[in-house]
Amino acid sequence: MSSLSDPDLQHAHPQDHRSGAVAGHVEEHRERTLRVSGLQVSVADHLVAVQDVSFEIGRGESVGLVGESGSGKTLTCRAVLGLLPDSGHVDEGRITLGEGAGSVDLTAAGRATWDEIRGARVGAVFQDPASYLNPSLTVGHQLAEQLRVKRGLSRRAANLRAVELFGEVGLHDPGSVFHQFPHQLSGGMLQRVLIAIAISCEPDLLIADEATTALDVVIQAEILTLLRRLRETHRLSLLLVTHDLAVVAETCERILVMYGGQIVESGPTEEVLGDPRHPYTQALMSVASIGSWERRTLDVIPGQPPAAGEQMPGCRFAPRCPSVTDRCLAGPVPVTDLGEGRLARCVRLADGATTPISEELSA
Amino acid sequence: MSTIHDVAHLTDDEVRTAGPLLRVRGLSVSYAPPRKGTALGTGAALSDADLDVRAGEIVGIVGETGSGKTTLARATVGLVQPVAGSIEFAGEDLGGLRGRARRAFRRSGRVQLVFQDPLRSLDPDLTVADLVREPLDIAAALSPREREERVAESLRLVGLEPETVAGRRPRELSGGQRQRVAIARAVSTRPRLLFCDEPVSALDVSNRNLVLNLLDRLRTELDLAVVIIAHDLSSLAGIADRVAVFYRGRIVEQGPVRGVLEEPAHPYTALLVASAPSVVHGSRIRPEQLRPDPAMRLQPGPRACVFAARCRFVHDACEDQPELAEVPEHPRREAACHAAGEWRRHLDTDPDGGTTTATSPVPTQSLDRRTA
Repeated sequence: MSSLSDPDLQHAHPQDHRSGAVAGHVEEHRERTLRVSGLQVSVADHLVAVQDVSFEIGRGESVGLVGESGSGKTLTCRAVLGLLPDSGHVDEGRITLGEGAGSVDLTAAGRATWDEIRGARVGAVFQDPASYLNPSLTVGHQLAEQLRVKRGLSRRAANLRAVELFGEVGLHDPGSVFHQFPHQLSGGMLQRVLIAIAISCEPDLLIADEATTALDVVIQAEILTLLRRLRETHRLSLLLVTHDLAVVAETCERILVMYGGQIVESGPTEEVLGDPRHPYTQALMSVASIGSWERRTLDVIPGQPPAAGEQMPGCRFAPRCPSVTDRCLAGPVPVTDLGEGRLARCVRLADGATTPISEELSA
Repeated sequence: MSTIHDVAHLTDDEVRTAGPLLRVRGLSVSYAPPRKGTALGTGAALSDADLDVRAGEIVGIVGETGSGKTTLARATVGLVQPVAGSIEFAGEDLGGLRGRARRAFRRSGRVQLVFQDPLRSLDPDLTVADLVREPLDIAAALSPREREERVAESLRLVGLEPETVAGRRPRELSGGQRQRVAIARAVSTRPRLLFCDEPVSALDVSNRNLVLNLLDRLRTELDLAVVIIAHDLSSLAGIADRVAVFYRGRIVEQGPVRGVLEEPAHPYTALLVASAPSVVHGSRIRPEQLRPDPAMRLQPGPRACVFAARCRFVHDACEDQPELAEVPEHPRREAACHAAGEWRRHLDTDPDGGTTTATSPVPTQSLDRRTA
């Protein structure tokens, strides 16, 4: 540790800096970690799969990106990571990492820039940790390798730091975990290993794409607690991509609800979930895990989401919306600023209609 | 949306009087013997499991990965041979079946499995009609025309239009449709018992609810006994009658679903419920109140309770694995915990949580606690 000169590494001692980091949130102006503006991504044959997506993530902030499969949430975060599939392409928009002098335009980044950014400034964890690890190398080797390559540590320093990181992500007996192969660890332990690798170079932004989906609820809760703690201690910005509204409710300060390739509602999690304004968010709330153990007929959102690239002149949720009007189908729906950092993309809200329409939904 | 579930919901008396269709007693399954140097436990995948499932009843199974849920499903359909215990199906001991008889039972389609990911469990080259007909070709002595009729009927049962989907292949369907095809395939032989191994884990919430509602409807329409392995406790609670909680190869608690989830008798069930994410923040036990103090790591002996290492309320008696026994406070409830009736009183109610430690029901001086 002492051989490392990077001042960022002081965050590696969570307990010492915990209170300071939390207080810093409140008092300081929140520096921006990521800004996505007007992003449009197309996949095979110029099908537009992500359209007009704009959002920002502040330093140390956690943002949840929610949507059904096919809503474009994974493509959006793959675009931020520069890992679009071969057929994928950013048509429009900018993705900017950082603010001021150190900021990088990721949409214009070449291979060399990406090599500097991925892992070092942006970390990522995905759904199936086992498939991201080399089965024939010990997990300690794979973490230490990252530290040697990206941070230029000596073999010995990298190994010591690896054991430290394993301890930090809550792995019991990190010294022996270091020597184990992926197949010897459980899914929850592997996800902790992946998180240790993702944060090893002290990135500003951690993207967790369905990182807890494959885990059982007890382990999921532990991993979410870990992510919350890392966010506080490292002032890590977190983009949590999930289909589970309840996970965002418990983990994120702000929420982005995606539908058919667009963000249809965004704002502070508590306000959005407490009073959802877009009919799709309202529908999602009705099918989400409400923590009720009552016997009941489970709510379903009728219909199917639009296919990627499907041409629709108006609102993309219109065919499934319980309160659809002719004007919803007429043309593109503008984003309405609802105040208090809340935005929604619905014709009725653009008109200033504020009555909740959730009652109509269950009818 | 539908009112059918009201009919399906059996009264307590009906549940008691109807004999179980599936009766599992003391079932133990062991895979490859343990090897030295592996971290993979003892090789026992399922120990001493008891489970009853009646016709028209939905039993939910919850528990972490590797807790024996799938092993129970595989043993029930005859895919693995138990090392001990019995599986009685409709009064017939499946453990006694050998060779040709066992094969005949498996092929009869009276017990069917539905898997998690239909993209993997359904042959991508077959059309929907082929997929649903395949079990009939193997199982039933139906004429080709009767089979076609049964295929269409099964598809309609799961809410799919035979005319629209029959010629399609799995990849041409949505996730929810694919899982419904998998269910149509399973019910085409008119099984008595449907074992669904995480049927909704790969689906979006909306489709998840759609499929669960469908299973709820099918159990009445076909008088099916249904076992559903699932992670989403809230959805499961919406349709299941009873729930069995698995931990490390053992059933640690079972009983009526609402009672078990509202007031768990086993600390693991409580941890499971407390960990379940929810969009509503109610007053409930937090996971931190149930996790043991990380500084005090217990090294339980080989005969200790399977949950001892992760239990906050561990005490001397936990050095012996408790049997699944009735919990006096809760009717029709069984739990395998020495402190089933007591641990709740020792819950740490400090609002900040985690700073004070819970007191154990019994002094712990004789336990081998080690500081991590």
